[in-house]
Amino acid sequence: MWRDALLVAGKDLRVEWRSRVGLNQVVPFALAVLLLFGLALGPDAARLRAATSGLFWVTVLLAALLGVQRSFALESADRAGDGLRLSGLDAGGIFVGKAAALGFQLLVLEAVLALVAALLYGTPLEGVGVLAASCVLATAGLAAVGTFYGALAAGTRVRETLLPLLFFPVVAPVLLAATKAWSAALGRSGGGGVGWLALLAVFAAAYVAIGTVAFGPLLEDS
Amino acid sequence: MPPAVVFIEAVVLAGRFPLLSGLSLEVATGEVVHLRGANGAGKTSLLRACAGLLPIASGRAEVLGHDLLVDRVSLRRAVGLLGHAGFHYEELSVRDNLRFALRASRAPLERAGPALERLGLTGRLLDTPVGACSAGQRRRLALAVLVARAPRLWLLDEPHAGLDAEARATVDALVAEARVGGATVLLASHELERAAAIADRSVEIAGGRVVPAATDSAEVGCDVA
Repeated sequence: MWRDALLVAGKDLRVEWRSRVGLNQVVPFALAVLLLFGLALGPDAARLRAATSGLFWVTVLLAALLGVQRSFALESADRAGDGLRLSGLDAGGIFVGKAAALGFQLLVLEAVLALVAALLYGTPLEGVGVLAASCVLATAGLAAVGTFYGALAAGTRVRETLLPLLFFPVVAPVLLAATKAWSAALGRSGGGGVGWLALLAVFAAAYVAIGTVAFGPLLEDS
Repeated sequence: MPPAVVFIEAVVLAGRFPLLSGLSLEVATGEVVHLRGANGAGKTSLLRACAGLLPIASGRAEVLGHDLLVDRVSLRRAVGLLGHAGFHYEELSVRDNLRFALRASRAPLERAGPALERLGLTGRLLDTPVGACSAGQRRRLALAVLVARAPRLWLLDEPHAGLDAEARATVDALVAEARVGGATVLLASHELERAAAIADRSVEIAGGRVVPAATDSAEVGCDVA
């Protein structure tokens, strides 16, 4: 399974590197969302700093949706997904590989967004350890859920509208926990955020496990 | 030697619509069988079912000794499907697509070079993204993948479509070589004369079933009408 996961992740990242869709479309989109949130909230610096965590994670969620759609658009074009199935790759490996590639791209995006949000909203990035840990754990959860429901939606004719309906409600706990962990790290709320990190870890572990086991039947039925 | 393909009253459904409606067919190992029939007759569905891509709803279906009602996944590394689509990634180069296909199917990477050369995919074309290739070049790449994978069962859906005269002759030669190498070939084609020349026998499909040989030409006329 791990060999297949590495192969699929490498392929997805190579495709992304060649197409530059993430760099040329998803990153500018996410930056525009951060900017628009800032404009909507106005020039009140204290208000912007207080809202930084939530705005950051809502932006990440929106960008993650684009990333998931892109990940499965690759497999729809020229029926490449059928090629994956025909090659006899382990379904769990395909799931882990696609989720890992998506997660890696999201982590890079989050690093860029965190720096821009800090500059744009005037929020010093304190508690870097908790910020980084919450990014890694939340991204694992988002990538696992996105890959699972991306495959489910990809087999339908209404994939573009179905995916957000499936994805956003399920990742609501990730949005909540990651925002709380960031708020704790940035000193906007009490506690160290460890409890929220634990929730993110449990969520990610659960969805990685579910996806690894259920991806095979999902691929065959979609 | 057991037959490569055994379908008995096999039914394949798309929702409630039958793609195969009680199809029965036996193909011996090493045989080249030409599937003919009108558009929508069920040729492509039969090939996809043989590749394990479509679930069998009822009846019996065995391919290379794998019971498709029990397990249609473990069969896939032993079959090669040339479909209407090429299963390629547009952003990856011709060479990268082939190498990925070989790694994924655990075929030796050393086969990549000879396969690409055999299909005339050489020089700068190797580093060209598939999205920038012509339809014929994409078809050649799909054939190169098949050649390099060297499957035991070749499932070819309109293999001559979109190819120039030289490549069409190469397809005929590849089918002949596959047979010599012990592979079985199922070939769906509307090019009756060309397909008949490379096949051991021809089977007519209409309405998701095999038309009995004695009456096929008359019945096909009725079904198409």
